Amino acid sequence: MSTAQTLSPAMKRERNSRLLRGCFYLALISIALVAPFIAYPIFLMKVLCFALFASAFNLLLGYAGLLSFGHAAFLATGGYITGFMLASFPSLTPELGILTGTAASMALGLVFGLLAIRRHGIYFAMVTLALSQMMFFLFIQAPFTGGEDGLHGVPRGELFGLISLSNDLSAYYFVLAIFMIGFGIIQRTVHSPYGQVLKAIRENEPRAISLGYNVDNYKLVAFVLSATLAGLAGSTKTVVFQLASLDDAHWHMSGEVILMTLLGGVGTLLGPLVGSGIVITLQTQLAQSPLGNWVSVILGVIFVICVLSFRSGIVGEIQKIVKKKFK
Amino acid sequence: MKKNNRFILIKRTLTAALVSFMAVSAEAAISNDKVIIGYMDDFNGSYSDLGGPAGLTSIEMAIEDFGGSVNGKPIELISADHRNNPAVGSTIAREWMDEKSVDMITGLTTSSVAIAVTQLVEEKNKFAMVTTGASDSITGKYCTPNHVHWVYDTFAVSDTTARAIVEQGGKSWFLLSADYAFGHAMEAAVEKAVLESGGTIVGKVRHPFPTDDFSSYILQAQASGAQIISLASAGSDLVNAISTAYQFGIPQSGQTMASLLLFLTDTKALGLDVAQGTQFVTGWYWNSDDKNRQWAERFYKRVGRMPTMVHAGDYSAVTTYLKAIEATGSDDPADVRSYMIKHPINDFFSRNGRLREDGRMVHDMYLAKVKAPAESKGEWDLYEILSTIPAEKAFRPLTDSQCKLVNNER
Amino acid sequence: MTMILGVPLTMFMGQLILGLINGAFYALLSLGLAVIFGLLKIVNFAHGAQYMLGAFTALLGLRYLGLNYWLALLVVPLVVGGLGILTERFFLRRIAHLDDLYGLLMTFGLALIIEGSLANFFGVSGARYPTPESLSGGFQLGFMFLPTYRAWVLVAAIGMCFATWFIIERTRLGSYLRAGTENPMLMQNFGVNMPQLITLTYGFGVALAAFAGVLAAPLYSVSPSMGSNLLIVVFAVVVIGGMGSILGAVITGLAMGLIEGLTKVYYPEAASTVIFVVMAIVLTLRPAGLFGKEA
Repeated sequence: MSTAQTLSPAMKRERNSRLLRGCFYLALISIALVAPFIAYPIFLMKVLCFALFASAFNLLLGYAGLLSFGHAAFLATGGYITGFMLASFPSLTPELGILTGTAASMALGLVFGLLAIRRHGIYFAMVTLALSQMMFFLFIQAPFTGGEDGLHGVPRGELFGLISLSNDLSAYYFVLAIFMIGFGIIQRTVHSPYGQVLKAIRENEPRAISLGYNVDNYKLVAFVLSATLAGLAGSTKTVVFQLASLDDAHWHMSGEVILMTLLGGVGTLLGPLVGSGIVITLQTQLAQSPLGNWVSVILGVIFVICVLSFRSGIVGEIQKIVKKKFK
Repeated sequence: MKKNNRFILIKRTLTAALVSFMAVSAEAAISNDKVIIGYMDDFNGSYSDLGGPAGLTSIEMAIEDFGGSVNGKPIELISADHRNNPAVGSTIAREWMDEKSVDMITGLTTSSVAIAVTQLVEEKNKFAMVTTGASDSITGKYCTPNHVHWVYDTFAVSDTTARAIVEQGGKSWFLLSADYAFGHAMEAAVEKAVLESGGTIVGKVRHPFPTDDFSSYILQAQASGAQIISLASAGSDLVNAISTAYQFGIPQSGQTMASLLLFLTDTKALGLDVAQGTQFVTGWYWNSDDKNRQWAERFYKRVGRMPTMVHAGDYSAVTTYLKAIEATGSDDPADVRSYMIKHPINDFFSRNGRLREDGRMVHDMYLAKVKAPAESKGEWDLYEILSTIPAEKAFRPLTDSQCKLVNNER
Repeated sequence: MTMILGVPLTMFMGQLILGLINGAFYALLSLGLAVIFGLLKIVNFAHGAQYMLGAFTALLGLRYLGLNYWLALLVVPLVVGGLGILTERFFLRRIAHLDDLYGLLMTFGLALIIEGSLANFFGVSGARYPTPESLSGGFQLGFMFLPTYRAWVLVAAIGMCFATWFIIERTRLGSYLRAGTENPMLMQNFGVNMPQLITLTYGFGVALAAFAGVLAAPLYSVSPSMGSNLLIVVFAVVVIGGMGSILGAVITGLAMGLIEGLTKVYYPEAASTVIFVVMAIVLTLRPAGLFGKEA
């Protein structure tokens, strides 16, 4: 029994917390696997797509510290390009269609990123807003989007040419897989050395610069990654609903994803999931009730309350409580 | 030999039994013994006045007048706000058809929602009657055997307006259109109709959608000297364009505004002094004869304002649907639709109406003019009907149709 | 007939005048935003909603209280400005110590609440606000018919911009504000009540928005969403002009009105996008905006 083999209390704590996290994720995955038998699959798929969208946004805001007010542009680009490819080329399989949309979104992310990344704070937000407005007008005009009518007739198709996605259940597992891949990428990025540098930049940019890091490049990479995953969410959503429309490109959509992230908890991995789940549920449930007219007011109130006293979001507040209890 | 005969006899008996069993179950008629109608429209957004919650009242009236049940089976009505978002609309439609056994969906403002839902309805083999939605592609490129288009469409309002006005002497035109698919389609239809009936186009301009300030475009229209200025826009764009035209003195100077899409609610919002003289085509007007007035008064008592053509169309569509179920004993979409095609549709809303094979319900349309304040005898006495355009002339001819259900050598 | 790039001179002149009028309007709206941001570092996302509130208050005042247009021009900005003061005192002040982005988010939420509530109470269809008698009709300028009311908007907007510039650059109150932006602690030590000054400034910016709303009421239909789309354009103007600069906002507003007006003649389909294209170009060449000084 040499001392080298005993773990220090700190390392024990680290190992325990990792085990706990692992169990937690396992539990979540199990719930996700049985969920379509309990709740309506289309609703669940919508939540998953928006959870991915919010997570992508959170990568930029929570971990890189950049507030983009134009993320709708990426959601819409992914959605429209995928929709157009799949609707025009029936032999194209859905995963390839989604890949095309995501790639288009990545390219757009690069262009926007290069234009915006030198700005900071508010200026950055305003630039992204205006750039996404340009995309909105482009989408209204472009014939392939169908303008106000929207892009319809997107087939669910057969995954890899083998598994039909027309069945809502198979589609659900497909979307779940995509979500897990996207979420996995974000999780790995955050916990990687790159993620550590990003955190350093967020907390003290001048110091990071003085340490020799090319800060703009790090931020650009985060931006492009965020745009790509947002595009992935949009592409998947188009396959699920078999259509793409202008609402995905409107700046209200950019505002909604901010709300989801803020409500759930900026800078936490699970925050966007919680936030998007709550907002989508609210919208769906309220739409069919007498309160339907008050949806935007209620969302506004939630926004204001979150900013006033709830800035860590739901998951953030829970984390604070847990930390206090397990000191 | 005897064995064979017996075998054949047994086979034949079994087949006969099977066939009569199938015939009986096919006639089984009304699915799960209820008729469930779903009304999906814009309850809160820019189009909520022309259809919206008041349309729900129209449908309630239709169901009550029908007795609340058809062939002894109860009629249920549910509603939802699609918020002008096709993803929301299609989610609600799916849930309605999968989980709530909705048989028929109606309303459907905003063409993107109407198209999304009607495609779904075909997939699930249910029925839809588009009343509020406008795009003529609903019975063109996107037609299906499971839905019909009841009240008006973009082609009817553009083409009919153009021809009727040219006939009345309005020969030179300036076209102001919204720069998106909707506006382009109407602009093209007007241009074609004007040129074919012997008019001329002196200028065109497309404004971005949406636009706040129309002063620049109105100035261009004014400078062109055209007799008629056509407006292919909807909602707040339309209202802004007409008020700007008034500010710039257009009605007084002798030019006439021809609005392609004008609802009673828009005119009321503008006011007669601003909108006077504007010409347009409508599918129905409450004050045009006694039958219409009678129904409109009933609506007014319940809603507090007079109905638009869409509200009247909602009542007509649902009543016709219920009649079809009553007559055929079935709520199967194919049966209902073929009944509607075979029988003329004549109620207070639809005069000389019939359902065509592309799903378009054609009926008489009316060229109207907004009254001057002095001519109006009541709060809602807003229009003067100038002429009637017969049903067969008012809509896109079948020979021109892109609908897959129509046999066209193209 | 003289032509300029294919367009008759008369038409060109007419569009230029209209562009100038719109520009003055943009300038007035951007002014409020620039004042609030330049001095308070708050991106007031509720500006569009406050503009709309100005128009609505004028409308309701007319309908229920018989408040005529001229009184409305005076009273409405005070009322809505007062609401702005309450907003700052009870909402914005609480988060003033945080990152600027929270101010943006807060005002965004407030905008949703204001627009949503009004849509519920009054419906979404636009309502008409009649042009006041004394300002109706117009003059025949030869190359165009100019409605009197629009000429008035030009005068009123420019006048208000000038008045604001004067207050900020030439009065003692303005100097306190400018000094307070640079060094609030010092000003507080000198005995200037900084929090109160900030509250008043926010109220003033909001009042400017409401004033623009009253001006707009007879021009466009009064509806709960009237500020929503306009807001994005105004933000673009402020960004082009440089977010800290009041002069920048005014000049850019006028310039953008002119550019947009000319686009409407030569390539109308692009009229909505041209401002954003200009913004992208300006930001690539001069990241802080034309007159801006970035932190």
